[in-house]
Amino acid sequence: MATTLPPTITTPEKLPTYAGGGNGIGRLPGGELRALADRPPEPARTGIWVALAGIAMMFAALTSALVVRHGSGNDWQNILIPRILYWNTAVLILSSVTLEVARRRVAGYIRREGVRRAQAMQWLLVTLALGLAFVAGQYLAWLQLRAEGLYLPTNPNSSFFYVLTGLHVIHVIGGLGGLLRVMYLLSSPVPVLRKSTMDATSYYWHFMGVLWVYLLLLVCFAL
Amino acid sequence: MSEAAVHHGPPQTFLRKYVFSVDHKVIGLQYYGLALVAVFIGMVLSWLMRFHLVWPNAAIPGLQLLSKNGAPSGVMTPEYYLSLLTMHGTLMVFFVLTNAPFAAFGNYFLPIQIGAEDMAFPRFNMMSFWTTMLAFVVLISAFFVPDGPPISGWTAYAPLSAVGKDAGPGLDMGQNLWGLSIAIFCVASLLGSLNFIATTLDLRAKGMTLMRMPLCTWAWFITACISLLAFAVLLPACLLLVLDRVAGTSFFIPAGLQISDHMQPHSGGSPLLWQHLFWFFGHPEVYIAILPAMGIVSHILINSMRKPLLSYKVVIGSMMTIGFLSYMVWGHHMFLSGMNPFSALVFSFPTLVITIPATILTLIWLGSLYGSRLQITSASLFALGFISMFVSGGVSGFFLAQPSIDIYLHATYFVVGHFHLVMGVAAIFGVFAGTYFWFPKMTGHMMNETLGKVHFWLSFVGAYCIFMPFHYLGLAGNVRRYSSFVDDFLQPLLPVHKFITISAFIMGAAQLIFLFNLAYSRFWGPKAPDNPWDCTSLEWTMPSPPPWNNFGDVHPVVYHDPYQYGVEGAKDDFIMQTSPEQVKTMVR
Amino acid sequence: MAKLFAVTIVVIAILSAIPIVMNYWGPPEDISTHGHGIDEQLKDTMWEAGISFLASQLILAAFIWQYSGRAKGAQLKTFPGGAKGLVVAAFVLVGTEILALGVIGQKAWAAVYFAPPNANAMTIQAQAGQFAFYFRYPGPDGKFGTPHADKIDEGNQNFFGLDPENDVDARDDIVSGELAVPVNKPISMLMHSKDVGHSFYVRELRLQQDFVPGLDLTVHFTATKVGKYEIVCTQLCGLGHYNMKAYLNVLSQDDFDKWMKDKASQ
Repeated sequence: MATTLPPTITTPEKLPTYAGGGNGIGRLPGGELRALADRPPEPARTGIWVALAGIAMMFAALTSALVVRHGSGNDWQNILIPRILYWNTAVLILSSVTLEVARRRVAGYIRREGVRRAQAMQWLLVTLALGLAFVAGQYLAWLQLRAEGLYLPTNPNSSFFYVLTGLHVIHVIGGLGGLLRVMYLLSSPVPVLRKSTMDATSYYWHFMGVLWVYLLLLVCFAL
Repeated sequence: MSEAAVHHGPPQTFLRKYVFSVDHKVIGLQYYGLALVAVFIGMVLSWLMRFHLVWPNAAIPGLQLLSKNGAPSGVMTPEYYLSLLTMHGTLMVFFVLTNAPFAAFGNYFLPIQIGAEDMAFPRFNMMSFWTTMLAFVVLISAFFVPDGPPISGWTAYAPLSAVGKDAGPGLDMGQNLWGLSIAIFCVASLLGSLNFIATTLDLRAKGMTLMRMPLCTWAWFITACISLLAFAVLLPACLLLVLDRVAGTSFFIPAGLQISDHMQPHSGGSPLLWQHLFWFFGHPEVYIAILPAMGIVSHILINSMRKPLLSYKVVIGSMMTIGFLSYMVWGHHMFLSGMNPFSALVFSFPTLVITIPATILTLIWLGSLYGSRLQITSASLFALGFISMFVSGGVSGFFLAQPSIDIYLHATYFVVGHFHLVMGVAAIFGVFAGTYFWFPKMTGHMMNETLGKVHFWLSFVGAYCIFMPFHYLGLAGNVRRYSSFVDDFLQPLLPVHKFITISAFIMGAAQLIFLFNLAYSRFWGPKAPDNPWDCTSLEWTMPSPPPWNNFGDVHPVVYHDPYQYGVEGAKDDFIMQTSPEQVKTMVR
Repeated sequence: MAKLFAVTIVVIAILSAIPIVMNYWGPPEDISTHGHGIDEQLKDTMWEAGISFLASQLILAAFIWQYSGRAKGAQLKTFPGGAKGLVVAAFVLVGTEILALGVIGQKAWAAVYFAPPNANAMTIQAQAGQFAFYFRYPGPDGKFGTPHADKIDEGNQNFFGLDPENDVDARDDIVSGELAVPVNKPISMLMHSKDVGHSFYVRELRLQQDFVPGLDLTVHFTATKVGKYEIVCTQLCGLGHYNMKAYLNVLSQDDFDKWMKDKASQ
């Protein structure tokens, strides 16, 4: 069964190659140890995807709740979607476009490719304005619903409408906060804005747009 | 060293050092302290409950001070029993079992074990703790509102939890505070998971591949992934519940309910919807409670056996499989709920299948003990005790996984025995093992081994005395969540309850030994060496306690997986992860 | 200490098994037609669980005994077969159990939930509310009157909110606080909740089912032995949950007819 082999310990002259169970992640051609430090990782990039996964899951849960609630009672009463929602959608999508332009300008500025900081800042300001317009537009949509007598508890459709749009707009406001933070960091005399921060903020904002399109479709077809 | 991590300078003020600290070690200790407070409260609540069950008409001196209405002259009312039951469950599941094995130890040791300076987002980390603390304060405040805490259990089934005070005391302000507290807890948890995942993926030191991380780090990572998706479902569920309560919506409340002579002004909602949402979170939650303990126990066991486990990859694969399957089984809490009976069979299958990775883990632990060189310490005793408890608790799960048997055993003490053995004992044993193991590193002092062993013996025997009889009660059909046992068929079971209650008091008293040991050793325990257990992972390369910036200017480089034990011929029988020595294993 | 621990584990394992083996506190006798399937499952699972439990604890104890207190240079060994063998063992052992118990055991579940309703079943309506069960029989006309939740008036014993003045069918409905059934008669029980979630549990019938507000469900059972059995609520429903109970009174056909006549005249 078991026999003892004399132990072998070698103390090599140079740095050894991998010992033990490596899976080769990041293995460089010469087999050297993965130099994580040579290419600093950007936690903001991983972090934003993780955060978006969580947010997506929350809206997935609400979608299931909607489906189940639809089937559980016989009080489903389709509501008329306020037309302003379509305008708001356009505004939000446009803001993603302007943010993408801003993001590339910021990247150019950080990499010192001759982009002036003011150029980047302008596009960020436009995005911010469009974002605020979206929020205001959503509020107007709510007012329109109220004018039709559709409040939060009126029927399950109105309940879900307010909950879904409300949670979405709260996250958009969070995204506006992120934009403000990026603008603050960008405006600092010493360069402190990291590309990963800018990228993460952008991905978040774009996700808010994608999520909104999904919610719009859900609201139009199901509510 | 990772440049992208937020560098923070050494904390200067008292507030920065001990209160609003961004240092993951301080935050880990803060989580541990919060869990300690929560478990103490939860334990006292369980004493009150057990006392009342056996002596329902006896006055508990002083209880009237906590609640005038709930315990007039110290005699607990049935509704107050349910309030205490709800708070016991809520505190234990959320503030103890999610906090201690995961947030506390994970925050403290995950960055160190992967060689990082701190978590990826230290300020989010600080926010995560203080948000948890806020959730705790909001929950505890339910004790102090006039009607007391809610009476709907930690599971808060609708419509009981959703209709408001017509359905009973505590269901007004108390339930609102519960809903708010749990929602806040969800946010805190999501922030925490974010940090764990980003840190593990991005901040590993040079040479620290994923396959060289300690098993506890893997467990924390997998738990964070599960936690991210689970709490993201509980949050909107709590929101919808609160809306039903305060805004007149009807997500969970159907039409035609007459409660306390009032027709309820709701219609169309589905009580089953709450159950689906809750258990979709609730089942992964129990694996969130147990996985870190599995990781911690594996790590400690290897160190105590002076020999690696039979397969590192199989253990990781099993933990991942458990995490994945945990999302497919939630319906096994709902076999008799009125959902389509065909669904019961659908949910039963993955519930039974999850036994496979759990069995693999148990067999690996047992099989690795074979031929080892087991060292007995307080930490290893609790780790071995974990295996015993996990087997005991897991085996009863096999009954409950079958819908036909569940017809008889659902909502009996059999279920209570099952989940207490796996969560209330096994997971807690994991926390105890981790405490005895890592206390020297965290504080620079050794805990008293004699007191530790006494604590272990009383806890191990005590836990079996309390929770094994629960299964017998369940087989006799003893229904759970009863504040008194008035039914005819329950009378012959009262002596068993008495035995359990007395065991509970003894085991509870044993925990005071642990508390004393913690407090005393913190200040007057013998000084701890850097590596008292001859352990190989990165935390043992640092001074005890570690400095504020962990590795300082010496960036660790890792050459091995953390389980290089059984190395003969070397000065010691182990090789540190940071040692460049090449070895051949001596295990044959 | 290690050897003492090993012995303790064995002692605890054996002590835990004794009450099961000696059946000190077990399920009461089964008085249902479907219950034997459940009892068989329970017995088979107990064998499997008991063997797994005892084997695991004994192996744990044995290894703790054998491999603690060894000298520093002691030979370290690998378990024969290593991890792969154990993984295969897990799959085989658990897989067989799942097949035997889980798959084949579906029959017991199906007997309760998928059995076609019996043509000559007697229909009874059960209503659960905070904190009592009430049962309603359709009376000689064989029809249930319409219940109205807003007409429920417990003070006046109108538990189901019936409107006998305007509803012909309701006039001969028989309402009772106890569930009386003839022995060996298939029963079809309609379950309705008046307020929050409750559950119907009769141990001897091997029957348990939640009352879900907003969802009217039916359970089927046949009681095979005369006697009085407790019905208890098992779904937390408020402060009176512990006290919420009724009796299942299984009577011979003659006695049941007498009971019905009695109730009708009240």
